Amino acid sequence: MKIFKYGDNVDTDVIIPARYLNITDPAHLAEHCMEDIDQTFCENAVEGDVIVAGENFGCGSSREHAVIAIKASGIRCVIAKNFARIFFRNALNLGLTIIECEAAAEELTAEDELIVDVEKGEIKRVRDQKIYSFQPYPEFLLNMIQNDGLINTTKIKLKQEAI
Amino acid sequence: MSMTMTQKILAAHCQKAHLTAGEFVHVDLDMVLGNDITAPVAIDSYDQMAVKKVFDTSKIALVPDHFTPNKDIETANLAIKMRQFAKQNQIENYFEIGQMGIEHALLPEKGLVVAGDVVIGADSHTCTYGALGAFSTGIGSTDMAVGMATGKCWFKVPTAIKVVLTGQLKDWSSGKDVILHLIGLIGVDGARYQSLEFTGEGLNSLTMDDRFTIANMAIEAGAKNGIFEVDEKTKAYIEAHSKKEAIVYSADSDAEYTRVIEINLSEIEPTVAFPHLPENTKTFKDIPEISIDQVIVGSCTNGRFDDLKVTAEILKGQKVHPNVRMIIIPATQKIYLDALKAGYIEIFINAGAVVSTPTCGPCLGGHMGILGKNERAVATTNRNFVGRMGHKSSEIYLSSPAVATVSAIQGKLSSPRLFYKGE
Ligand code: SF4
Repeated sequence: MKIFKYGDNVDTDVIIPARYLNITDPAHLAEHCMEDIDQTFCENAVEGDVIVAGENFGCGSSREHAVIAIKASGIRCVIAKNFARIFFRNALNLGLTIIECEAAAEELTAEDELIVDVEKGEIKRVRDQKIYSFQPYPEFLLNMIQNDGLINTTKIKLKQEAI
Repeated sequence: MSMTMTQKILAAHCQKAHLTAGEFVHVDLDMVLGNDITAPVAIDSYDQMAVKKVFDTSKIALVPDHFTPNKDIETANLAIKMRQFAKQNQIENYFEIGQMGIEHALLPEKGLVVAGDVVIGADSHTCTYGALGAFSTGIGSTDMAVGMATGKCWFKVPTAIKVVLTGQLKDWSSGKDVILHLIGLIGVDGARYQSLEFTGEGLNSLTMDDRFTIANMAIEAGAKNGIFEVDEKTKAYIEAHSKKEAIVYSADSDAEYTRVIEINLSEIEPTVAFPHLPENTKTFKDIPEISIDQVIVGSCTNGRFDDLKVTAEILKGQKVHPNVRMIIIPATQKIYLDALKAGYIEIFINAGAVVSTPTCGPCLGGHMGILGKNERAVATTNRNFVGRMGHKSSEIYLSSPAVATVSAIQGKLSSPRLFYKGE
């Protein structure tokens, strides 16, 4: 895995510029993810990579295309000091793991390897076994992530109600 | 126990007597909104759930506004998808070209949102309707899909920042300057996960259009919603536009706020947000000479009637600077027609500006005025992120319609106050 590291206020207009919002195909969106601030991202990101960023990641427009593009680029987890609120709910609704952890966001570098335990609320840095703790999700949200997002969770709920 | 205005509205919509900040709730929705970018994604998710029908055909609004009239084949196909969904599901509030407008100007005008409502929209500027005393907030397409299917949405109950307005705006300052000032003060994440509740005797002097502009940009401070205390002006607006029953909620006098910010309106100067964040605000005493290529008056922030009025008043008998392209976009068909009747459109054209049919267009770099390499625009829109309006090297300066219009005449970023002093 690789880490892509960014600063504060990475907005959804740079995650996926509006000029590509005439498409909805995830793979196609991924080809343009981050291109206005980091040309190397779409070329190099592969399955299992991680984004580490500063404050207010995902601010701006409500476009879910931003989460879709990041997910389709292979990113499994975004760690930031904190997230803009619409991005936060979009990510959870689509089952993308996002973690708010100030120390990890500051200290992790592009060279680090990580192991993430969402249930325990721990990020382990492999090279020195350093543990970064974060507040685990409340049950309601953990459930949603484990069910791969809100659509599936709602589907299950609607089915149960119908019985 | 005491609650903020937002907490009271949420409590009433999940049948609870009391809510505390941080709690997760599922609330009933009064309106679910989507546009030509976000609704097609939501429709795919909706289909996956295999529900038989939408929760309420009168409580869903679908507005093709971002890329309309369609700019290319892809966007025409997105519009088809939304149009067909609207037809199949008998959505009452689908607004075809000819009836449409930018969603956040259109919904209040059509009376689809009133005080006390809970509204979600798959568009971040859904927070605009807070001006009416509603809880309204932007969400993503997945939430929209589930909202259409179940009439419910999950929320974490927010804390709030109280913004107390005093005094009165002076000449050439407007709601836009107030909200830019506030964002400059607290930053683009200053209200993250929180409500911004606007109150105070200064409210009296703000027009509804000022309030819509202020609530519209609450998201630019990271807020979940911006909401205004309901007064006589709000009630008069709702009565004139809607048949729905409004319910007025007010914050308890001892409600808890994480922060209280006082803004004396009489001290608000014409304000500009410099690239590339809405928090990079400056007033004219700190603004150097900056030549510009384009001016946009429009968007869900400042494409309303009052905005066109001030633009026309300044442009009357004047000419747009030869180095500048000025694009004026009324936010809805009704605003367009009212501006036409008032003689504004003629003033715009005589001054050398172009007038477009309602659309988001250049605001998000969609069409109708995209910026090229290194170009600079003064825009009455709400975001000046890298590449938002075109090339990644282009620059956007956010301002009020008055500042934008005077700048169009002068060919450089200019203050209306100095302009009228002849400086
Ligand atoms: S005018 Fe701009 S900010 Fe408003 S809804 Fe349209 S694209 Fe979004």
